[in-house]
Amino acid sequence: MMRDERLIFEKSVEGRIGYSLPENDVPVVNPEELFAGQMLRKADPEIPELSEVDVIRHYTNLSKRNYGVDSGFYPLGSCTMKYNPKINEDIASMEGIAQMHPLQNPLSAQGNLEILYRMDKYLSEILGMERVTLQPAAGAQGEMTGLMIIKAYHMYRLDSKRIKIIVPDSSHGTNPASAALAGFEVVHIPSDDKGCVDIKALEDILDDTVAGLMLTNPNTLGLFEEDILQISKMVHECGGLLYYDGANMNAIMGIARPGDMGFDIAHLNLHKTFSTPHGGGGPGSGPIGVVKELVPFLPVPLVEKENDYYVLDYERPLSIGKVKSFYGNFGIILRAYSYIRTMGAQGLKTASQAAVLNANYIRKKLEDLYEIPQNRICMHEFVLSAQRQAKNGITALEIAKNLLDEGIHPPTIYFPLIVHEAMMIEPTETESPETLDAFIEIMRRIAIKAQDDPESLKNAPKTTYVSRLDEVKAARTPVLRWKK
Amino acid sequence: MKSSYIPMTTQQQEAMLSTVGVKSLDELFLAIPEELRLKDDLNLPTPLSEHELKKHMNTLAQQNFDAGWNSCFLGAGIYDHIIPSAVKHIISRQEFYTAYTPYQPEISQGVLQSIFEFQTMIAELTGMDAANASLYDGATALYEAVLLASRYNGRKEVLIARSVNPEYRKVLYSGLRYSGIAIKEIDFNKDENNSNGENGTINFEFLKSNINKNTAAIVVQSPNFFGIVEDIKAVSQKAQEVDALLIAVCDPISLGVFESPGALGADIVVGEAQPLGNPMNYGGPLLGYFAVKSPFIRRMPGRIVGETTDSEGRRGFVLTLQAREQHIRREKATSNVCTNQALCALAATTYLSLMGKEGLKEVASQCISKAHYTYNSLLKTLNVSRIFDAPFFREFVVKPKIKPDILNEELLTENIIGGYDLTSEYPELEGCWLVAVTEKRSKKEIDNFVNKVARICQGGIINDEG
Amino acid sequence: MEIREGLYYSKDHEWVRIEGDRAYIGITDYAQDSLGSIVYVEIPKEGKALSKGEVLSVVESVKAASDIFAPISGTVVEINQALADNPELINESPYENYIAIMSFENADDLSDLLSPTQYEELTKGE
Repeated sequence: MMRDERLIFEKSVEGRIGYSLPENDVPVVNPEELFAGQMLRKADPEIPELSEVDVIRHYTNLSKRNYGVDSGFYPLGSCTMKYNPKINEDIASMEGIAQMHPLQNPLSAQGNLEILYRMDKYLSEILGMERVTLQPAAGAQGEMTGLMIIKAYHMYRLDSKRIKIIVPDSSHGTNPASAALAGFEVVHIPSDDKGCVDIKALEDILDDTVAGLMLTNPNTLGLFEEDILQISKMVHECGGLLYYDGANMNAIMGIARPGDMGFDIAHLNLHKTFSTPHGGGGPGSGPIGVVKELVPFLPVPLVEKENDYYVLDYERPLSIGKVKSFYGNFGIILRAYSYIRTMGAQGLKTASQAAVLNANYIRKKLEDLYEIPQNRICMHEFVLSAQRQAKNGITALEIAKNLLDEGIHPPTIYFPLIVHEAMMIEPTETESPETLDAFIEIMRRIAIKAQDDPESLKNAPKTTYVSRLDEVKAARTPVLRWKK
Repeated sequence: MKSSYIPMTTQQQEAMLSTVGVKSLDELFLAIPEELRLKDDLNLPTPLSEHELKKHMNTLAQQNFDAGWNSCFLGAGIYDHIIPSAVKHIISRQEFYTAYTPYQPEISQGVLQSIFEFQTMIAELTGMDAANASLYDGATALYEAVLLASRYNGRKEVLIARSVNPEYRKVLYSGLRYSGIAIKEIDFNKDENNSNGENGTINFEFLKSNINKNTAAIVVQSPNFFGIVEDIKAVSQKAQEVDALLIAVCDPISLGVFESPGALGADIVVGEAQPLGNPMNYGGPLLGYFAVKSPFIRRMPGRIVGETTDSEGRRGFVLTLQAREQHIRREKATSNVCTNQALCALAATTYLSLMGKEGLKEVASQCISKAHYTYNSLLKTLNVSRIFDAPFFREFVVKPKIKPDILNEELLTENIIGGYDLTSEYPELEGCWLVAVTEKRSKKEIDNFVNKVARICQGGIINDEG
Repeated sequence: MEIREGLYYSKDHEWVRIEGDRAYIGITDYAQDSLGSIVYVEIPKEGKALSKGEVLSVVESVKAASDIFAPISGTVVEINQALADNPELINESPYENYIAIMSFENADDLSDLLSPTQYEELTKGE
């Protein structure tokens, strides 16, 4: 096929149209008559002029330069790239549900409100929490919301000296970023030699200035924090709250619950654990659940049921307010609703079990050729280190680029920061053993080549639409838009 | 339990368990303290087959009153515009919608190039130097803009027009609650004795008396929440006098006709791009956009795509300026945002490509014509009264003879979704009604709407102050 | 890794060169090497007064960002505008390309900075 590098703007032909609008059937009002001259646009924006077929071909061709879960294996650690069931998509675009205006009378949106009400219940049950707000649009926004609740809770108790949020050094970058945005001071604690929270270090930090601790469990090394009950007890005893980063919830659905572990607030990434598609970077959805004591602080509105009718409750005086418009990413919540209804309790548990088994299977099959810093039973993901290969110049990055040529999306690389040459592998439950075996086979081949013939692995990828891109140039002299 | 999404068979499971060296699935979870391991199943409804789920969803849909089947005159920040069929077909391509954030650029050129095109279109519409890959919604984009402004000039007060969407102001208030940044609201003109064509616009006297050297930014929306077009240039001049930044909140459809805020002196432009080819989705997902002049490029939140070349000199695109972001800067990041709304941005990009500059102008012009036709027709029935006198775009405020909430309930029975009741957000506009009319409404629908409003008002409860 | 004589070093891998009442400040060869290709240097504002330890500038590579802390207290008296367009100059010759010149007011500020020998030991340990 001919290579076409042109942008949509470079395909524009003056006078061509791609739209079909009804004729204006009311008297025409000329903007010049209404608005002062300086208010009206002098130069047209460079919006391209194309026919429908031009537009469809352009974006269809672009789509071919992209890789999705439907294309193949996507073991991107911490991102839970599981298959996105097609029924969810149909449900989300159903007539009678998708074309609703958020401000229309709740009496005319009872179906949608019932979905939100039920999702609050279902997610609360899965988390072991009292109530859930569906408002946050993503995990990071859920974190922000949770931290605002922590702040509001301490302020309400007139305990204003609690200014610190503790995060482990292995945490997701969003944790400290969210904490800083919510006005907290961030304190990092190191991991111990087992890759878990260092209890001694925690003990040293805990005092009456600590507002809370943020934790992912299983953590970013894919390990369950075995001392979680002790940790939550310690944090609670010093008056702090525990926040659960739910990015790794796919390991423990129906097996254990953050609420039972002592967490006070927990977010879920519906776009990870609950099978909603990632859309090439979004939209996502990051509901958070809280324990009973924190329910008054949840954002407004919550959906309540009164006399057989679902209503939006804004009368919540202690609420932190709104973190996003309206009721959250309803379209995503719908897909997750569809997933939970088709999986049921047993299905969710089976999903977590299979996800954990798949991760352990890959770990076991690669342990002889790659270093695995914490080589024991892992949860839904594990982290290997390409240090051995890197000695021959085959770094985690090089391995990732070689996987591209094999038609596989590489694992997350260089995260968590505490492991050198980290490759974080999360296969999810929706991959067959055949897919896992093929991946293992490729990873083994790469490891052997890295030993015997490292040169042959360099300069990958060779089969993709573009080869390795100059990121230094992009950042040094940013070109962020096309100009005529 | 078997699931169509989990391929592992029972035999395969046995073999894999033995490879791992455990006897049962339960043994994989021994790291979880015994007292934490659930003994019973979660309390969730029995699973449904696809067919049963569809039936269940149909039942729920019947409890709804969907704009797809009815006439919608409700706007207030979310608009019912025509969406070309092609948009859905593009965003339904799995290569786009089942992909993650483009961390591996070599196999993500589709998403990356489409975001680059989106950034360009937003920059073109707003007249700015650069735009990011999108944010959650207009409200959170405004919050990020205010943070940027305050960090840039180190000032701790922001002036925001009261005519900015109340939903945006609420998100701003919650977000800034513990930030040390104070918010002051600037009233709008509402002087019944003075019809100089400024009623409904920002009050400059009040703006002048509140602006000072502590002002980090002024936030103005145009068309504002009442649909009225503001004089962005005049506000920007006020901001410049004290070196404050001007943040403009603009509707992208309106920019087909109105001067770009960039040309009028805005430093940051944000807003809601849902009207560009995205359905109303009951309020989410939405599509926040964020555009800046060049001094602020490296301070933008969220993802940014840049053009570069590959090792053979060919054009390609990457996520760039990442050193701002949370995965590198952690607590020092410009923002905690990592999710953008890539798929919604793709819908907007596809929409704009189909519409072209002429189509966009046509949509904006039809909105103006139809909104004015509706406004004049309503006034002619003598059942609603005029509130403001400044020129408007797609939306206007009137005061019907009966209370808007009652009027809306009655309209619902006529298959019409009525306007927005301003009473609770604007006590000073008690009993006032914000009506939106897009190009999607035909003359027939509008006439029907006007007749129904008149009939209901005449037969209905008389508004005390009416 | 080059470590120059006649300079003071901070634990954050910055160097300070004193010339009369002016202190030239930059990052060391070790620092530029571990950051990799530098893509952006935030140019400080002239006239800005800083206490020792406050953030003077930020140096960014593609995958990392590093705060540059004022190694002494003083005022920014001169900046290196060339770095705005050519941040790679720091990679090419870190000791020739200062980030800022600060007023040198208090000789005590130098007391906890490292000598070339001490700094060499520090980098060996990392």
